[in-house]
This record gives sequence, structure tokens and C-alpha cells, in this order.
Amino acid sequence: MVDVFDIYDKMERNNILLSFKGEITSDLLTSILQIMENKMENMQEEPKMKKKVYNVLVECLQNLYHHLDEVTEAEMEKNRSAIFMIGKLNSKYTIFTGNYILNGNIQGLKNRLDEVNSLTKEELKEYYKKVLNNGEMSLKGGGGLGMIDIARKTGEKLEYNFLEIDNKISFFTLNIKVSTF
Amino acid sequence: MDKYAIEGTPKTPSISFDLSGGVLEIKGRSIPENSIEFYKPLVDSLDKYSSATKPATTVNVQLEYFNTSSSKCILDVFKKLESIHKGGSAVTINWHYEEDDEDMLEAGEDYQAIINVPFKMVMVAE
Repeated sequence: MVDVFDIYDKMERNNILLSFKGEITSDLLTSILQIMENKMENMQEEPKMKKKVYNVLVECLQNLYHHLDEVTEAEMEKNRSAIFMIGKLNSKYTIFTGNYILNGNIQGLKNRLDEVNSLTKEELKEYYKKVLNNGEMSLKGGGGLGMIDIARKTGEKLEYNFLEIDNKISFFTLNIKVSTF
Repeated sequence: MDKYAIEGTPKTPSISFDLSGGVLEIKGRSIPENSIEFYKPLVDSLDKYSSATKPATTVNVQLEYFNTSSSKCILDVFKKLESIHKGGSAVTINWHYEEDDEDMLEAGEDYQAIINVPFKMVMVAE
């Protein structure tokens, strides 16, 4: 039997405002954004924070949305599912995401995240402009701009982890803190 | 009157491009999952306009949010405007940002650094 209270209790302790587990569709994405926008409105969040959280949410959710396909191609069973949570502790928001990733794609992603994490605010700005101007536009999105943008807007390092599930896939988790400095 | 216009939605901005007046306005949110598809008609209109430009072209951009996928398409739009500017129509891009929105101001400055067209940063009171 599923211990629902245990899940509830963990969420409560992390002050989770909203969570979702399942397939990330375009409509769902729209709904989550709307709910969070209303929530922050009701919480009378300052406009600056609202904008940052909204921007970062868009990038995180669209990352999940665009990358679901990759694992689907490997025809794994549980692949289309992802998890998303947003919490608020001590006036800082944290966005948690988790999704499956092909093991073959880990190294590339890890390199990009490490690169972004190694840069200062000023270097991130230059890197963003470079990728924006020279980078290939992919059908799936901004061609690698998302993580740079998140790091720039939050001023925080991107915390991540890869948990190996089997020899084909791993579970990738990302924790992003959002504050107005 | 030759015009390309579309209404805004929760994920896409309103666009109004008056080709006979040389005025382009982009307003609202630009966070679609597929930005290329959304911006293609505008890019096509700019191609059409570039063969019959007005002496001056005014561009007003007033975005509340835009995602990184849109940021590349917006750059493509600005690159078209850059070549229109080089072609002899005096282009001005008015980049609007809300008073406390430093991120939006910075985004405008990023484009300003890349695109060789006069930019004006216009602060909007909330």
C-alpha cells in the first residue's frame, strides 16, 4: 500500500506549493504556469520575484517537455513521465525537476551544466550572447540557452544529479533556487 | 493597407506589422513551445517588406516574458531589421521594460550589443 501520508509529510516539510508527476503536455504546462502565477499573486509576492520565478519555471517545464521525446525513442516503459515540484522556504523558491535520460546523453548534459556552473555573472552574460548569436536553433528550443538563462536569472549554481536506473537510462534531477539576491 | 497582425494569447504576443506605414509592434508574452513556427509569418512579412521599405521603420517591442526558444527567433527578426536598416530604411528599435525588471532591460542590452541598429531602452512604469 502506498504511504500517502509519508509523501504528504515530505512535501509539507519542504513547503511544496505545487507538484506534478506524469506526462508533461503543452496544456499541462500552460495550467501549471497559470496556477503558479495566481498563487504568487495571492501570496502578494513582489513583482520582481514573480517575474524571476515565472521565467525560470517556463524554462524548466519546457526542458521537461522537449526532452520527454528523447527517451521515448528508446521505447522504455515508464519514460514519458517526469516530476516537477516547486516549494518556498525562507523567501526563496526552489524548483525541483526529474526526468529520465538516455545514459548516452548524460556526459554532454553534465559538461554543459558544469560549464554554466563554472562561470561568473559577467561570463554568463557573454556566454549567453555567444550561444544566442552563433548557436544552432533547434526545433526543440533555444539550443542550449535554457540552462544559461536560468543560471543568469537566479544567480545560483544549478544543482543536479544522475541516478542510474539500468544500462540504458538514468534519472536526472535538477534543483534550482530562485531568489531576488 | 498592407498589414500582418495577430492577436495575443497566454503564450504568444500580439503582433502588428503595418508594412505601408513601416511600424512593427510586438507586445505581450512570448513563451510558445515551438517558436520557429510562431515567428515564421513575421519573418516572411519582413522579407516582403524589405523589397519595398519606407524611409523610416519603427519597431516597438514590449514583452512581459519571453523564453529562450523565442529569444533566438527575436534575434532572427532583429537580423532582418538590421539588413533593412543597411538597405536604407532608418530602423529604430524601442525596447520596453518595466521599471523593476532588470532582466528585461539586460535582455534588450544583449540584443543591442549584437544588432547594428539604433536601440532605445524605454522604461515603463508599472
